[in-house]
Amino acid sequence: MKKIETKLYDDFLELFRINPKAFSHGNSNFVKQQRELSRQNFEANGFPSNKNENWRKTDLSKALNNNYIIDYQEIERGKETKSLFECEIIDFDTKLFTILNGWWASNTDLTSNSQGVIISSMRKAQLDFPEIFDKYYGKVAKEENGLISLNCAFYTDGYFIYIPDNVEFTQTIQIVNLIESQSKLFSNTRNLVVMGRNSKLKLVHCDDSLSRVDSVVNSVTEIIVGDGANLDFYKLQNKDEHSTVLTSNFIEQGANSQTNSNTITLNGGLIRNHIDVKLAGKGGNANVFGLYLVDKTQFVDNHIFVDHAMPNCTSRQLFKGIADDNAKAVFSGHILVRQDAQKTEAYQNNNNIQLTDTAGIFTHPFLEIFADDVKCSHGATVGQLDNDALFYMMQRGICERTAKMLLMFSFTQQVIEHIQLSKLRERIVHLVTRRLKGELASCENCALSCENPNSVMTFEIDMEKV
Amino acid sequence: MLEIKNLHVSIQGKEILKGLNLKIGFGEVHAIMGPNGTGKSTLANVITGRDLYDITEGEIIYKGKNLLAMPIEDRAREGIFLSFQYPVEIPGVSITNFMRASLDEIRQYKGLPPMAAGEFLKYFNEKKNLVEMTANLAKRSVNEGFSGGEKKKNEIFQMAMLNPDLAILDETDSGLDIDALRIVAQGVNKLKRADNSTIVITHYQRLLDYIVPDFVHVLYDGIIMKTGGKELALELEEKGYDWIKDQGKA
Repeated sequence: MKKIETKLYDDFLELFRINPKAFSHGNSNFVKQQRELSRQNFEANGFPSNKNENWRKTDLSKALNNNYIIDYQEIERGKETKSLFECEIIDFDTKLFTILNGWWASNTDLTSNSQGVIISSMRKAQLDFPEIFDKYYGKVAKEENGLISLNCAFYTDGYFIYIPDNVEFTQTIQIVNLIESQSKLFSNTRNLVVMGRNSKLKLVHCDDSLSRVDSVVNSVTEIIVGDGANLDFYKLQNKDEHSTVLTSNFIEQGANSQTNSNTITLNGGLIRNHIDVKLAGKGGNANVFGLYLVDKTQFVDNHIFVDHAMPNCTSRQLFKGIADDNAKAVFSGHILVRQDAQKTEAYQNNNNIQLTDTAGIFTHPFLEIFADDVKCSHGATVGQLDNDALFYMMQRGICERTAKMLLMFSFTQQVIEHIQLSKLRERIVHLVTRRLKGELASCENCALSCENPNSVMTFEIDMEKV
Repeated sequence: MLEIKNLHVSIQGKEILKGLNLKIGFGEVHAIMGPNGTGKSTLANVITGRDLYDITEGEIIYKGKNLLAMPIEDRAREGIFLSFQYPVEIPGVSITNFMRASLDEIRQYKGLPPMAAGEFLKYFNEKKNLVEMTANLAKRSVNEGFSGGEKKKNEIFQMAMLNPDLAILDETDSGLDIDALRIVAQGVNKLKRADNSTIVITHYQRLLDYIVPDFVHVLYDGIIMKTGGKELALELEEKGYDWIKDQGKA
């Protein structure tokens, strides 16, 4: 694997030489061993350069060549998150936990639930629940690039969720991942979600910025969806232009399980979402959806891999996006249908609206099919707004600007309508509307609850240029 | 109301309308008939402002104003309504929100405040009944997944909401079964006022049994080749368009 030449690579390895326990102190022996293996992988592979096929359109070198502080000082728990951070959606019953600069910052966790549900930090869970933790940790994440190895070796903390067999956790769990730092910060967070047989979980993961300094969040999330289990997984990203967010998400599904994943990117500097879904049991069903709205010099890359390893599974990918100004959007969707995966249905769609000549859209479908009894399709479009529809609206007295706004809103609906949680969907509709009107900035608060952003920066999709 | 003088229109260098003249008075219903490809829809599009065409000569005066200088949305706000031959689907935008946006902008243009929510809803329901539109349909996205008949009903519903001075019905009868045709036509008739005018573009006489025209024009080869009363439509039904063509040559 070709590496990016960057001081950061040396910094991480040097930090380890000076202080080998900087990240692993207090960890279980099992985790310590895993970290060491990953460190060796990182040393060998480094940060992936755009000479590698999977990174061809995504150049991390500029984002990585920066004087980041590698923070390994544990943050004291219980920093009052209410005052730090308000993120409540009216009538939306969530259980909120905060990860701050890579550390579990909430003063509570859930470890004595009558149903046996556990919501805690990775550091705590590996010591308190080794029988669950060790069984699943590191089992579905694949160290296929140096970023993932880096994370596995040097992560600070993250969230751990366990839902036992046959338990439906009715409240929505909301995890807010924040960066608040005076100096440039590189943080690695690691998360593990284990869902037992026939369990149900609704998980909302928000990435937000609090301070406007350059930062990198490199996260790895492993989710095990047991047989017959049902997962709703929403990622909402509203970061400022100084932010680099690199997420690697590995989901492994058991037989007859159902996953709905929806990744909504409203703002960000450089964002790469790697979503890897393995349909590892018969009759599994995965919906992998996403929406991205980028402008100025924002960059977003959604890198999807759906692995049909067993028969009778269904997967649907739908990613839609709008790029304005000099923004770039990359989508690559890889479907693998293994030889045994007969009666597979796998669909993929990526639709884009490019508002300016200088915006860039790169879409790359890739189907690998080794079974013969399958239904697969893919489609990718890059286009402008539909003139017939614009005329239709303007013939009803609606001005061009509003007509374009309505059409862009209409374009996003196909993704938004798949959000199962009605309160969240209403909220996203509201946010997307404001984003399209140019009113939503990556403000001093969480996007989900942000009512009154002080527009330090305005991120506006400029409708005049359509 | 509307006066079209010597209108020449081409698309991509091909002349479609070749010096068309047409005068429509207040309160009149005009039918425009003619075979395919003679410029009927082009005429509707040019009146409403679609920018696909080159207007090389002529003028259109609407209520004393130069219509061709007006932007699309202002023509609509001034009371011109087109019932589309092929209404466009707008997923994710409900008919309610669409009409809300439309009505608000038209009212703003006229210097009126936006309608209060309750008032709007009452007005909306009242008009919905006019075209026997189901409550369910009103909640759906604009034209998304509608049948041909539902789309046309939705056009007439929008017409009822916007209460235009000049309505142009472009092939509103196409794709309608006899029941839908009756509902749509009755809707149009109920919207008739003493001072509003209607242009009915159609191939067939059938629609004109319901919406009775004061004048029937035959558009042929880019001009109004013949004008008559409602009996002309019956004559065309019987004799076909070749008869007109031969007359034109004579």
